[in-house]
Amino acid sequence: MTLEMLKDELELEIWQQLDLVTDPELDEPITEMGFVELVEVDLDSKVVEVEFRLPTYWCSPNFAFLMAFDIRHEIGRLKWVQGVKVTLNDHCFADRVNEGVNGEKDFNEVFREYCNGEELSAVRNKFLEKAFIRRQETVLLALEERGFSSEKIVEMTLEKLDSIRFDSGEEEKQKPRYRSLLVSRGLAKTASDRAFVTWDGERLTSSGLREYLGKLRGVRINMEFNGALCRGLQSTRYKEVEIGEDGPTLVDFIHNRVPPRRAETHS
Amino acid sequence: MFKTKDGKEIFVVDGHTHFWDGSPENQSNVHGKQFIDCFYAYHTNLSPPEQLWEKGRFEKYSEDDVYRDLFVDGPDDVAIIQSTYLRDFYKNGFSSIERSTSMAARHPERFIVNGSFDPRDGEKALEYIHYMKENFDIQGVKMYTAEWNGESKGWALNDPAAYKCFELCDKLGIKNIHVHKGPTIIPLSKDAFDVHDVDHAATDFQNLNWIIEHCGLPRLDDFCWIATQETNVYGGLAVALPFIFSRPRYFGEVIAELLWWVGEDKLLFGSDYAIWTPQWLVEQFWDYQIPEDISAERGGVQLTDEIKEKILGLNAAKLYNIDVEAKKKQLSAAPVQIAAE
Repeated sequence: MTLEMLKDELELEIWQQLDLVTDPELDEPITEMGFVELVEVDLDSKVVEVEFRLPTYWCSPNFAFLMAFDIRHEIGRLKWVQGVKVTLNDHCFADRVNEGVNGEKDFNEVFREYCNGEELSAVRNKFLEKAFIRRQETVLLALEERGFSSEKIVEMTLEKLDSIRFDSGEEEKQKPRYRSLLVSRGLAKTASDRAFVTWDGERLTSSGLREYLGKLRGVRINMEFNGALCRGLQSTRYKEVEIGEDGPTLVDFIHNRVPPRRAETHS
Repeated sequence: MFKTKDGKEIFVVDGHTHFWDGSPENQSNVHGKQFIDCFYAYHTNLSPPEQLWEKGRFEKYSEDDVYRDLFVDGPDDVAIIQSTYLRDFYKNGFSSIERSTSMAARHPERFIVNGSFDPRDGEKALEYIHYMKENFDIQGVKMYTAEWNGESKGWALNDPAAYKCFELCDKLGIKNIHVHKGPTIIPLSKDAFDVHDVDHAATDFQNLNWIIEHCGLPRLDDFCWIATQETNVYGGLAVALPFIFSRPRYFGEVIAELLWWVGEDKLLFGSDYAIWTPQWLVEQFWDYQIPEDISAERGGVQLTDEIKEKILGLNAAKLYNIDVEAKKKQLSAAPVQIAAE
């Protein structure tokens, strides 16, 4: 294997780890959102460098902190990695995020400084709940589409859910993600446990299913709306309009304003 | 005035507009630059291509631009101009009540200029509220809770200092409190876009109308819940509305939620000018219907002509005591003209 091939291979591993880091607000991987701009592995030192940029300068700083620490955490799990440097670019809190994530202090220590002594777990929990709701709704709607009755759905066990295959669409992507959150939160422990419960662990009833789905929909619409906004803002950040003979056009990356994007093609 | 295809005249109050100066000359620092850049990204992302502006014009547009875009090319009858200072970012403020009032003086019958204050200024904020009432007779204010002020990187509507200001607003008859929830940075343990302070403030100040711009986005779900509990909470459609062009189905889902939870009497049109111009927004809104499958999930709510008329102007007219018939008469006697270019 040439050195270049080795470097490519290691960087691919990094990208795969980065797929596990999500934007808490949107429950989407930061790689899919296009936030990651640079992945670089130094072959001699085995130090990994990651740069990321959010859709705006004003994106929520606590999420920026969470994503930065999650990047460090996921990459640090690879055995060959000797060091990680994470850089957030062009953000109103960038200096403090970068200092925090690359410094000696652990996550909780850094946070306490900016949280009036409180822990961040409350806000993290709130967004995990939203992620749970969005994933669950997708699976529930897909099951209804398949013809499962309300009774069958609320009685369904984890084992039964595991036996159902989705081969396309959002449900194919969300089913394993739903299952993983359900199990990691202890909401279903064994194969015979109910596959669908509320975030607080309460059972669903067949007569209450429609109303429950209505509630889930509200949360999902909000998240999708934010996702659409973030994607759009991401796609137009640092672009400007030029008005020519044929009317206005949007021009990519104005010269000398931002460093060129050095993101690897993520395959 | 918006004229429908079958000739009906619709009265339009644009509930959320600005006359800002975000130009490099007025920027104090990188934050000022990033603030207008962020607005510009909203503009370029959600406008139809033929409506795009060059950066220079977007940063600082002229009085003539305002008149033309809102009242000549645009369908607005009355525009509510909001003030936003951002003193930590802009030398002379981003959009001050003085500059907007001087712009509006050419056609005072067409503008309502709102003020703004920062409760963290303490006694000075109270003095400033008196100053705005005495000099500009304001009916409303715009609150931007994410504004930086020295060490503070944001505030909440239910902070004790804010309550003192709202008590004074109530006493002076400043009834309409427009709220823009931007990201409040510290403490990080809190959701930066949390809207629950709206709930507290609206409960404690029943005489005031709380108009939540952008429908609380990115917390639309929490906003819907609060607005159903509080009779004096309204939703401004700015930012949600432009999705009508780029993602019409999303817009359908959002407006269906809003009609279902908040209701047709509590939603206000706003172009968020100069991020967007009202002409295309109103045209597309008038032609829009919520897709049937989306409507069915929310009890069959639909945007009828009657509901659209309320959202486009009648709801805001009530909040600002505009006698619609008298206003129509006054405006038709004094059409807007701007100097030839």
